[in-house]
Amino acid sequence: MTEIAEPMQTAAPVSLHTGNAATKRLKARYAAERRFRLYGILAIVFACSMLVILLSTLLKEGTSAFFQTEVKLAVTIDAGTIDPQGTGNPAEWDRGAFQTLVSDALYKEFPEVTGRLEKRDVRGLISPVAGVRLGQMLDKDPSLVGQTIEVWLPASDGINQIVKGGIDRDLPELQRPINDQQLAWFDSLEQRGDVRSAFNTTFFTASDSNYPELAGLLGAAVGTLLTMLVTLAISLPIGVAAAVYLEEFAPKNRFTEIIEVNINNLAAVPSIVFGLLGLAVFLNFFGMPRSAPLVGGLVLGLLVLPTIIIASRAALKAVPPSIREAALGMGASKLQAVMHHVLPLAMPGIMTGTIIGMAHAVGETAPLLMIGMNAFVTSAPDSLLASSSVLPVQIFIWADKPERGFVELTSAAILVLLAFLILMNGAAIWLRKKFERRW
Amino acid sequence: MSVTLTVAVLLFLSLAGFWLGRNRAVAVAGGRIANLHSVPTYYGTYMALWAGLPALVLILAWMALRGTVMDWMVLSAMSPEQLEAWARVMLAPAELEALLPTIADGASALTQTHRQLLLINIGNLAAGQALYVNPGVIDAITPAAGHLSQLRGLADWTLFGAVMALAGGTLAFTWSKIGPEFRARNNVERIVTALLVLCSTIAVLTTVGIVLSLLFESIRFFTKVPVTEFLFGLQWSPQTAIRADQVGSSGAFGAVPLFTGTLLIATIAMIVAAPVGLMSAIYLSEYAPKRVRGLVKPILEILAGVPTVVYGFFAILTVAPFIRDLGAFFGIPISSQSALAAGVVMGVMIVPFVSSLADDVINAVPQSLRDGSYGLGATKSETIRQVVMPAALPGIVGAMLLAVSRAIGETMIVVMAAGLQASLTLNPLASVTTVTVQIKSILVGDQEFDSAKTLSVFALGLVLFLVTLALNVIALRIVQKYREKYD
Repeated sequence: MTEIAEPMQTAAPVSLHTGNAATKRLKARYAAERRFRLYGILAIVFACSMLVILLSTLLKEGTSAFFQTEVKLAVTIDAGTIDPQGTGNPAEWDRGAFQTLVSDALYKEFPEVTGRLEKRDVRGLISPVAGVRLGQMLDKDPSLVGQTIEVWLPASDGINQIVKGGIDRDLPELQRPINDQQLAWFDSLEQRGDVRSAFNTTFFTASDSNYPELAGLLGAAVGTLLTMLVTLAISLPIGVAAAVYLEEFAPKNRFTEIIEVNINNLAAVPSIVFGLLGLAVFLNFFGMPRSAPLVGGLVLGLLVLPTIIIASRAALKAVPPSIREAALGMGASKLQAVMHHVLPLAMPGIMTGTIIGMAHAVGETAPLLMIGMNAFVTSAPDSLLASSSVLPVQIFIWADKPERGFVELTSAAILVLLAFLILMNGAAIWLRKKFERRW
Repeated sequence: MSVTLTVAVLLFLSLAGFWLGRNRAVAVAGGRIANLHSVPTYYGTYMALWAGLPALVLILAWMALRGTVMDWMVLSAMSPEQLEAWARVMLAPAELEALLPTIADGASALTQTHRQLLLINIGNLAAGQALYVNPGVIDAITPAAGHLSQLRGLADWTLFGAVMALAGGTLAFTWSKIGPEFRARNNVERIVTALLVLCSTIAVLTTVGIVLSLLFESIRFFTKVPVTEFLFGLQWSPQTAIRADQVGSSGAFGAVPLFTGTLLIATIAMIVAAPVGLMSAIYLSEYAPKRVRGLVKPILEILAGVPTVVYGFFAILTVAPFIRDLGAFFGIPISSQSALAAGVVMGVMIVPFVSSLADDVINAVPQSLRDGSYGLGATKSETIRQVVMPAALPGIVGAMLLAVSRAIGETMIVVMAAGLQASLTLNPLASVTTVTVQIKSILVGDQEFDSAKTLSVFALGLVLFLVTLALNVIALRIVQKYREKYD
């Protein structure tokens, strides 16, 4: 206010741009500038931190699933127990009896245990399906029957989780699946050196199971592979052919305009609607089998078709017209010019688009649930019509299960799936870098 | 003779056709290839295409129809006595009562659900899986099962014969046509062009397939439940009873709670995704140094590439417990399946989608506009807010609409993190259900073919399809109509 009251005392006339108010205004404007910039940084930090949290949670939960706690037991393979009929034929063995052998070996390990309840607690140390592992071992080498062998068998889910820290052993007894007595037994086993943490090969060699220590990814991985083969066989040729027609041959008329609008809209249709299409057309109308990789591949093929068409058209468009003109000038027909010259030059771009589309399809879950690919499949599918699951659906199924062991299996399965996807996207980026051409 | 083997033999015939055609062309050229109209390979390709394609179409058509035709033949061969014996064991008394007066008509008297059940029984028996068949009906359907196996064997051989005859016929016909004057290249190119056109119509056929299948089943649903009740009803409980006298047998199919639930979750997702996605696009395209851009862009691409089932797991493992604990800390009870958790995670999923679309739009604004604004003394943020944003607005609105359509159609996150109970609420801390969750939960598990419950899925799917389609069309319209042209 002093400036206005005594204008003559200021040295220079107040400019609109240098006065106090102007400085203040400028300061406010710069502050707004900095705030705006900060919002941008915050937005990016938020997005990046979400990815970091996501990945670190998965790594923290999932890495332990690659290891499994095993207990060494001296199991006596009593021929009378597993082969009551005495046929000597492995196919005739009583599969349930293998678990009895394991239990007997456990009782021998702890001779002081006699009561029925205590025996049950002892059995709780070892996986209730350890006998299956034993059976597989004997299938490979039937000569072991009658001998006493030292084998490493999977510990029960509770013990496994306590060793890995998934369940805190300092919790009150009632809040953990393993009681104090079982912990004491287990510690004594550990002191004897009969406990180890081994690489969980089951995870890569087995299929789904109700027991986390027996469940693996093989079935789902094979299912994904078969499904993707069908998807690729459907979407790549059809997609490229459609792109070639629309980009190189199609006259500009109503018909081709409808096709173009259609493809753009199809790319935005929710994936679950493709699942309904598969259910209504492939399953109910054509009577194809449920849960089959063939049907899954067909549905996903239609799903990624727009992606591949759009990417292929962009790649074809990037090939300069001089190539076509040179070919035509040499006397090639239009089709020859496209097939022999334009298409090979566009191939890297088409491949990149295809791989990205396939990576999208690999992670797709919802449409496959609609056609019943959430089947409980305990062995890898052996044909395109066999019941099968796929990786993301397996993740979905495991995420629903209550046992603590399945949380780490789910995370590990996600890690495997993400590794697949990163590999595919990496291949796409590598292709783009290697074959990218500027004309 | 299995279908696979038939296809393999056909492939061999087609290859043989190529070889035959090329040799024939060389032979008729009389030693001078230049006498021929086309290069010899085109004569080979011509014969190979004619040998392979018609027979392949025959195989596909037969595979598509064989199930339906054989089922019909098996059922119409069953005597009323056999049908009655089967129905007496398998059907509920009330259904049996309704069936008996008309059973003399044969299988056409059965409802579709019962016919499916009968066919499954016959199929299991024919496949040697008598285990899955009620022992009481085995005697009644054994002749039908035998009939089915016999038909299957016969049908495969018939197909093989028909395919061989067709391929052989076309081979002989095209072989006779080959001569020096024959325009093989033009013929081949005509066939190839036709194939290209066919492939480009597959996308249209897919849309037609989606529309027709959704529409037909929806119409069947609307004959059971009026459209108005579906669109405006406030109560959704699709559980219909299997027996008529069961408690809670009347299903309610008012989809409004599903629509509000879907909108609630999509709104929460957009509240997260719109500012974060837009601001990160602005920062990346206007502020970020090249190095930061090169680092952040791939991170956003990874976020975009993470499968939605992973986000769903992330929601139930990390975000939902975190939000619930946060609520407990402040003394607010929050459902562990709250709309908030599902919405936030869905928002994170959509961030890269919004950001990459907005990035394209912002980059399309010409540099001269920015330079003009800087020249007038505007700061960077003023330029962005008052010059770049208005110019990019149609594109950004379009991007947001596409993102909303994404959020509405998203399935796995809500299936895993949102609830099943349809409640009419706008409270983000409560558990709501969405259209996609209901589609999934009704279809996964046991389903009856004809019930209103199963059919309601297609009505929901139709609504979902129409809404996302409309959003998409509007988004494209806005982008095209209001786009500023600077050239």
